[in-house]
Amino acid sequence: MQPLLEVDRLCVEFTTRHGSLRALSEVSFGIAPGEVLGIVGESGAGKSLTGAAIIGLLQPPGRISGGRIVYDGQRIDTLPDEAMRRLRGRQIGSIFQDPMTALNPLLTIGQQLVETIRTHLPLSESEAVARAVSLLEETGISGAAQRLAQYPHQFSGGMRQRVVIALALAAGPRLLIADEPTTALDVSVQAQVIALLKQLCRDRGMAVMLVTHDMGVIAEACDRVAVMYAGRIVEIGPVRDVIHSPAHPYAIGLMGAIPSMSGERERLLQIDGAMPRLGEIPQGCAFHPRCPQAWARCRSERPELMPAGASRAACWLHDAGAPR
Amino acid sequence: MTPLMASPLVEVRELSKTFDVSAPWLARVIERRAPQFVHAVDGVSFAIQRGQTLGLVGESGCGKSTVARLLVGLQTPTSGEVRLDGIDMTQAFASGQAGTLRRRLQMIFQDPYASLNPRWTVADIVAEPLVEHGLLSGRAALRERVAELLAAVGLSASDAAKLPHQFSGGQRQRISIARALASNPEFLVCDEPTSALDVSVQAQVLNLMQEIQQRHGLTYLFISHNLAVVRHVADQVGVMVLGRIVELADRRTLFSRPAHPYTRMLLDSIPDVAMSGRVRQPVQGDLPNPLQPPIGCSFHPRCPHANERCRVERPALQAIGGVQVACHAAEEGRLP
Repeated sequence: MQPLLEVDRLCVEFTTRHGSLRALSEVSFGIAPGEVLGIVGESGAGKSLTGAAIIGLLQPPGRISGGRIVYDGQRIDTLPDEAMRRLRGRQIGSIFQDPMTALNPLLTIGQQLVETIRTHLPLSESEAVARAVSLLEETGISGAAQRLAQYPHQFSGGMRQRVVIALALAAGPRLLIADEPTTALDVSVQAQVIALLKQLCRDRGMAVMLVTHDMGVIAEACDRVAVMYAGRIVEIGPVRDVIHSPAHPYAIGLMGAIPSMSGERERLLQIDGAMPRLGEIPQGCAFHPRCPQAWARCRSERPELMPAGASRAACWLHDAGAPR
Repeated sequence: MTPLMASPLVEVRELSKTFDVSAPWLARVIERRAPQFVHAVDGVSFAIQRGQTLGLVGESGCGKSTVARLLVGLQTPTSGEVRLDGIDMTQAFASGQAGTLRRRLQMIFQDPYASLNPRWTVADIVAEPLVEHGLLSGRAALRERVAELLAAVGLSASDAAKLPHQFSGGQRQRISIARALASNPEFLVCDEPTSALDVSVQAQVLNLMQEIQQRHGLTYLFISHNLAVVRHVADQVGVMVLGRIVELADRRTLFSRPAHPYTRMLLDSIPDVAMSGRVRQPVQGDLPNPLQPPIGCSFHPRCPHANERCRVERPALQAIGGVQVACHAAEEGRLP
């Protein structure tokens, strides 16, 4: 299927007193309608930055320094602010991590929903209220009509996140960027929110980009997954393949580091060291100083994504010339 | 398990902590409101054998962190007792005789950014318990011991002169562990020690904590909301709901045959990383409000097996089928 969103060799740089730091390097992926793409990685890998760049909310001094972002056949990274603002919300919805800070504590849920709906859609007040009620019902909030008059503090964490999802869906977007939508929630509530996101994606044929650090959420919600390390995608492929037979040594380490819920407990697989800071990304493959399988080429030359089983991985081990 | 079933190192009996969250007196009088209390910890009992780990799991607001703070004396219990090696710690803390006791237990906190003084060097931080308890004196001796402790947690002696901001989250948690080990404690209370860390760093810290436990024969109380982590570290597991333990069992039994409906719900709600095709059951309903806890069993509003008795009578923790469970349905054999 034709992807709805195409990100092509996206680079993001931060200009600082000590020169410019490259936070994202040549990130490329596409998302088709009805597909959930997971972006996973550890703090500082550039996951959230990728989402912010797509919706045009990079904070200065961050800026897009290369590549293209194409939404529905139209290039959006070069759009003027006003046009981008219309696209955001109307076409592209976003959900952030903390449901408390995403809502205005001084306005009722109804006021916030109606305002958002009327900003994007030509509806009357009463039509907007009716739409708000149906959105809340769709996101699983019971007694929706009564709850419109309540304030955010009267909702629990999981319920608030449902309201945030309803807000993101207010104008019927075709692309949803969800940045750690379940991180602030308890496991029992997390399951509800993930099930809701999946169902909405299916029912509405929405393309979803789900940013998270939690492999469990990825395994459950996504069709494909991209693993990021030090500002690059190091592996991208169908979720089942990346989880069961990861190809990149970093992805292998990441999977092995998760305590398992089945089988005997063993010592956890450990990747020594930590992800390099932006200014200190080593030459060659950024992962080579921590990689148990690094060879000469990894130290000098940066690998591009190349076929590795059913996925694609940026690792010289999958090159024809790799040592066996 | 020790072959002799020696007396446990840590014994907690009917521990309770009530917080007064009433409105200010004048507001209460004007609006005729009754004083309001939160029973953060409500009659919790458990014991930990020497060298073992008790994992405590539960969702936010269930009181697991309050248990940790009561155990190390950061909070005073409303009632109940905590014994370390047979000595009543609550009394010792109250009478100011706790010096040598405090040395025997230490705590590791969740947030490695907030639990280290940003203006102190790593050497000062790690040496503080040594100086505070008068265990060592003399700069050379202190320096040597700090270097030894840093080496034990995988940092280098040259890190001693640095400040906390120069370290990543995982390294900071290592510094916290080095500080906790300084006074040669027997018992470590770990409150979500890896929750703020990325998975690969979490793996490093969990491996380190297990090595240290084996090397020093330490006893852990390990608090976490992450069941997979608890399964990885604990020998015994306690599950908490609204200030009470609803199930207490050894790790193997709890994870293979969970008895309490809440434990089953928690296990069912973990995302399936292995993608084994297990269908995850999203739980209906929300966490109850601790200010207005449900009458009867605190889990009954979300429990699929609740009946009239569960709505009025609060179940007590009792031995059923080799584990401790607080559930009427389990007691009556109503659970599938």
